[in-house]
Amino acid sequence: MSFLGFLKQRKPPEPSRGPKQDLGILVFENTSEVIRAQSVLKNDGWEVRVMGPPPEIRSGCDLVIEFPLIEELNILRALRQAEVSPLQVVPINSSLLRPVDLFQTKDFGRYFMVRAANMKLTVDKETQTIVNVSGGGCPDVPYLAHEMVGKTLSEASSPSEIGHTLCGYALQLAYEETKKQCSQW
Amino acid sequence: MLSVVGTVPDEDFPLISGEVHLEENRIRIREMSIAVNRGTPALIAAALKAGEVLDLPLPLAYLVGDIGLGHGSRRLYDYLVHHLGRSPGRVIVFHYLQPDVDWHNKVLFALQKMYPQPLLIADAGFMYAAKMSGQSQAYELFTPDAGELAFLADEVAPHPFYTRGFILHDENRMPDLIKRAYEHKNAARYLLVKGGKDCIASKEGIHATIDRPMEEALEAMGGTGDTLTGIVSALIASGLDTPTAATLAARINRLAGHYARPTPASQVMEMIAYIPKAMEMVLKNADQSQ
Repeated sequence: MSFLGFLKQRKPPEPSRGPKQDLGILVFENTSEVIRAQSVLKNDGWEVRVMGPPPEIRSGCDLVIEFPLIEELNILRALRQAEVSPLQVVPINSSLLRPVDLFQTKDFGRYFMVRAANMKLTVDKETQTIVNVSGGGCPDVPYLAHEMVGKTLSEASSPSEIGHTLCGYALQLAYEETKKQCSQW
Repeated sequence: MLSVVGTVPDEDFPLISGEVHLEENRIRIREMSIAVNRGTPALIAAALKAGEVLDLPLPLAYLVGDIGLGHGSRRLYDYLVHHLGRSPGRVIVFHYLQPDVDWHNKVLFALQKMYPQPLLIADAGFMYAAKMSGQSQAYELFTPDAGELAFLADEVAPHPFYTRGFILHDENRMPDLIKRAYEHKNAARYLLVKGGKDCIASKEGIHATIDRPMEEALEAMGGTGDTLTGIVSALIASGLDTPTAATLAARINRLAGHYARPTPASQVMEMIAYIPKAMEMVLKNADQSQ
């Protein structure tokens, strides 16, 4: 069931930043393929985001990749070479096709919770200590919680290093988003 | 008697079986002990606290260390095939194990040779394996969350990776998902769906929905689903019928959470300590309403 090993490879280069552009989404059969495709594209330097599928798209799994539409041919070529081609490529040309943000946040005063899909990570805003990890029934969730709770965001191992499942991947998203939010306080 | 099968998040924890009891904030089994934070130790701690009120014998546990890679789970599966048939457990609950269809089927085959047949409860990874094997109907109770229910309801998904809704929960779809899970024989005899609203269902439909008391801070606390599975397992082991046990367990779990006056930093053991008080209150009210 381990499928996050590829996330432990080299760090991707900084994504290229450009002017606001038309976007599309890549729809895959399963979430393992989404995670692999994201890794391929990030390593190649493209600016992509993993999101939830818009309700209008009936095919595919729980995750889609949002990408700059102008790069469609190059991106599909890279994915074909990596043998991880999408089921469908959809231009975001209406609000009904806009992908869903995976993140929800809740401010409890002293504590701040970030939810990414089914996984929630809560930190103490003063100390940036992880005080709770909740959600998910995948086999690595108790271990992830055991390793992270009680440590600060900078001390804790990232879920991509120690997780092995889809819940581990969702917790990695929550962890990255929490760090991003904390850096703005 | 209740038997609990699961894993603990410590790679070095050996494969061990025996009676389990609580020592402060840790569960002890033979010479080993492990902190109760979430996962199978939280399930066991909740079952033990519920068992104090119900005057149940100590549960029997089958545990092994596994950090999610499945190495420990596979050793435990192998042990279960050879030893579970001799378990005195009237009720056996399977929890965090790496899903493995072949091993699941071997364990189920060994269980089906037992007389009398134990009641089987499955949650987390083992429940995924039960569904993936097409043997869900051999189980008395599954305790999924909304995402896991989406997987049970997806008759074509070979794995949660393929299921729309596994990590993007949508509790509004619950009635439809329950119906679909039963239509395709991918649910146990009863379902206790855990979430913002806890829902008890069977192929006849939804029996009860429990959504009070609601403590907002509990959303952050890890392990509250594990405690619910522990409480319902103890109640079934005490002889209650499953829908009644599931309804009471949902109320007890919520009330224990309420009594703990949790903050988002509270740990599940703080809530487990209040299970006896919550249980006495809920059982007393249930008696009075009869």
